[in-house]
Amino acid sequence: MNFDPRFSGRKFASVGTRPIRPDGVDKVTGRARYGADFNMAGQLVGRVLRSPHAHAIIRKIDTSKAEKLAGVKAVITAADLPDLTDGDAAMYDILDNCMARTKALYDGHAVAAVAAIDARTARQALKLIEVDYEILPHVTDVDEAMQHHAPLINDTIFTEGLEEKPVKPSNVTKRSQFGHGDVHQGFGHADFIVERSFKTEQTHQGYIEPHACVASVSSDGTADLWVCTQGHFVYRQHCAQLLGMEASKLRVTSSEIGGGFGGKTHVWAEPVALALSRKAGRPVKLVMTRDEVFRASGPTSATSIDVKIGARKDGTITAAEATLRYSAGPYAGSWAEIGAMTAFACYKLDNVKTVGYEVLVNRPKTAAYRAPSAPMAAFAVESAVDELAKELSMDPVDFRIKNAAQEGTRSSYGPVYGPIGIGPTLEAVKNHAHMKAPLAKNQGRGMACGFWFNFGGQTCVDLNIGMDGSVSLAVGTVDVGGSRASLSLVAAEELGIDYSQLKAIVADTSSLGYNDMTDGSRGTFSSSMATISAARNAIKILRERAAQMWDISVDDVVWEQGHAVAKGEKHGNLGKLSLKEIAAESGKTGGPIAGHSELVADGAGVSFATHICDIEVDPETGSTRVIRYTVVQDAGKAVHPTYVEGQYQGGAAQGIGWALNEEYIYGKDGRLQNAGFLDYRIPVCSDLPMIDTQILEIPNPNHPYGVRGVGETSIVPPLAAIANAVSNAAGVRMTHIPMSPPRILAAIEAERGG
Amino acid sequence: MAGIAVSTTINGDITEYLCQPDETLLDVLRDRLGLTGAKEGCGTGDCGACSIILDNRLVCSCLVLGAEAEGRRIETVEGMAHGDQLHTLQQKFLEHAALQCGICTPGFLIAAKDLLAKNPDPSEEEIRFGLAGNLCRCTGYDKIVRAVQDAAHVMKGA
Repeated sequence: MNFDPRFSGRKFASVGTRPIRPDGVDKVTGRARYGADFNMAGQLVGRVLRSPHAHAIIRKIDTSKAEKLAGVKAVITAADLPDLTDGDAAMYDILDNCMARTKALYDGHAVAAVAAIDARTARQALKLIEVDYEILPHVTDVDEAMQHHAPLINDTIFTEGLEEKPVKPSNVTKRSQFGHGDVHQGFGHADFIVERSFKTEQTHQGYIEPHACVASVSSDGTADLWVCTQGHFVYRQHCAQLLGMEASKLRVTSSEIGGGFGGKTHVWAEPVALALSRKAGRPVKLVMTRDEVFRASGPTSATSIDVKIGARKDGTITAAEATLRYSAGPYAGSWAEIGAMTAFACYKLDNVKTVGYEVLVNRPKTAAYRAPSAPMAAFAVESAVDELAKELSMDPVDFRIKNAAQEGTRSSYGPVYGPIGIGPTLEAVKNHAHMKAPLAKNQGRGMACGFWFNFGGQTCVDLNIGMDGSVSLAVGTVDVGGSRASLSLVAAEELGIDYSQLKAIVADTSSLGYNDMTDGSRGTFSSSMATISAARNAIKILRERAAQMWDISVDDVVWEQGHAVAKGEKHGNLGKLSLKEIAAESGKTGGPIAGHSELVADGAGVSFATHICDIEVDPETGSTRVIRYTVVQDAGKAVHPTYVEGQYQGGAAQGIGWALNEEYIYGKDGRLQNAGFLDYRIPVCSDLPMIDTQILEIPNPNHPYGVRGVGETSIVPPLAAIANAVSNAAGVRMTHIPMSPPRILAAIEAERGG
Repeated sequence: MAGIAVSTTINGDITEYLCQPDETLLDVLRDRLGLTGAKEGCGTGDCGACSIILDNRLVCSCLVLGAEAEGRRIETVEGMAHGDQLHTLQQKFLEHAALQCGICTPGFLIAAKDLLAKNPDPSEEEIRFGLAGNLCRCTGYDKIVRAVQDAAHVMKGA
């Protein structure tokens, strides 16, 4: 395959239009089948027993009474999921998180599970399981967990990344460092320095669909798993490894997915459902309750971040430094590392240093949440940048423009940037009407920038042309928000046919080669690259078939606007053959026509955004209202602009919830106190204004159409943009997210008192 | 345990079922009748994904018992379209891309239908408060509000 992925600058016919998505009608009529909407004959109901303790040794589990209950078909504990991870520490953590082995490590940690003939019997059986716990001291706060006297969560962990191996175990699993230059020297050249500490609380992705699956293990050793996931191929690998199966014998079908945002990239319930099915010899459906979703899945890190930035009087930043502490739950992660990489990625800096610490706490295992780790780092950095602009008496946009990274800038995390969009988003914000809109009393305006890497990864696509000339496109990246529409547009573009001639589906793990997850904003980026490649392979066959039909050399046949065209003077009378005409003859010219592609989609273009928002603060109550919100982001090329806008708006809304409202609240007993949508309040329709969007298109040179990922960057700037707006409205710098009314009121009163 | 016999009307059709006394109407719809358009997002009436119309009143079907449906009229998302003719709200949700993952969509459509039945010409604020019982995590609500505005405009003209 000689696929050339470079940007070609072509004129588009389909890409950039806004057709209705192929899965749309099923989704507005209730026919679309999500995780919990699937059933099998003889299916049992699975339920999981969870630890009520934040940290406890499991001395003994007695399941005998539950097993005797009429209607109970299987009861499992960790003993039914033996350790087959063969020294793979990350997989062992996944196994232990699915079912606690020796210790319960957080409130909500699974300790046993049952499969019964109905939900009522399953619930009853859970109550009959007796667990003997030895309760241990716990720690849930990221700063407290770093103290020397803090309860140790895992005494086999010694901090990695230190110059000398520590002699004592610690809750800090890893120290990581990024940067270049000499920050000490840089701060010496600064006329102004801002130094501040920030905290952000833990939030959940908040997808509306709880985790759900149906597992069916047959006596011949094969199995089927129907599941809502962002990556069914990865789920297959993980489940097969944990259950001791060959991957090819486990077929995983991804259902429609009711939101993921990174939270459906990890297995939790699926290995448990498979183990239950294996033991019961019947299919098992396992659906989490909302309480379980909050207590045992997700969430993002809580953080504690120190930032120091110095600048000369002319506005040039001379040095920037940050120390970032991220909670990982009770298992090692790379969350602080990612935060440390992204923190200063928007800026051109000669002297920069970031240090990250991964911290274990007795909370659920941290999972990715849309541009994971970047929003918190951006909150701290962009707040300090705003404050520094004030010290310099510079406009915050102009200050950022002066220091913005450009093509050729060495990023704070290492690589040198190609063409990037940070400068253009800032210029667009500077000229945006929003910046001139009048502000009323108690209202403040804030803006902030954000960065995300984006990812490419392993991708496989099949494109099959039917004898009627219609095209089916089978992709392996789960569609989380309209990618079947965007990939159909790309296939239509490349083949030169109408969008209505195509139907895209997400294929199961037995029907297509391996695909990485839909994460890292890779869905449309990587699968569109593979789709273009598959379409070009199909076109090659279409040309050969046309040549055969005409009885001429394939070298004399080109593909133009959905037709084979014979070139050269001697073929002047041959005219054109449409895709449909060639397909109709395919049975006589060599059989089915298809294009296949497998590739690693390298070269995901980095992405930048700048957001503006206006917030009104009630100084008497500390309550807030979002008045205006604008997102400006580089998409590279917006394949389906309406769904690109949707990504921008959705990320902003999640950021607004995070900034103003959402947080995990733990009691002194280490139990989560707000495990429901009533007390963990995500933004509702009446909380938000319309969210204005501006799509910039700075082509990614590493994609034929210039596409960059668009899904994640939009959640990076909001925390900071809103904090800057609230700080401007309230007249006091806000340093703790979420800025709930009590926190704002306390800050205002402290300022008045001071 | 003996079930409770219930006779009710769902999307215009007389429907009979047996249910347990502690079984929610949502579970009856989904697990006994195969009407999986209504979704369970929370089970506590906080997300609106299971919204249905019960005797002209918008309710969360997870907060209603199956036995309570006796003799009443239920409307679910499955009954919104007439044959292959989508309801205006359904069509406008598609045109405006008012859904991304789509799990909240049936609930929003039912809530919006109820809103427009009671207030055919709502302001943006009335739409936002009328739909405040339904959670969407994907869209930021912008395109949902626009779809409802557009549908209201078309339906008024009809």
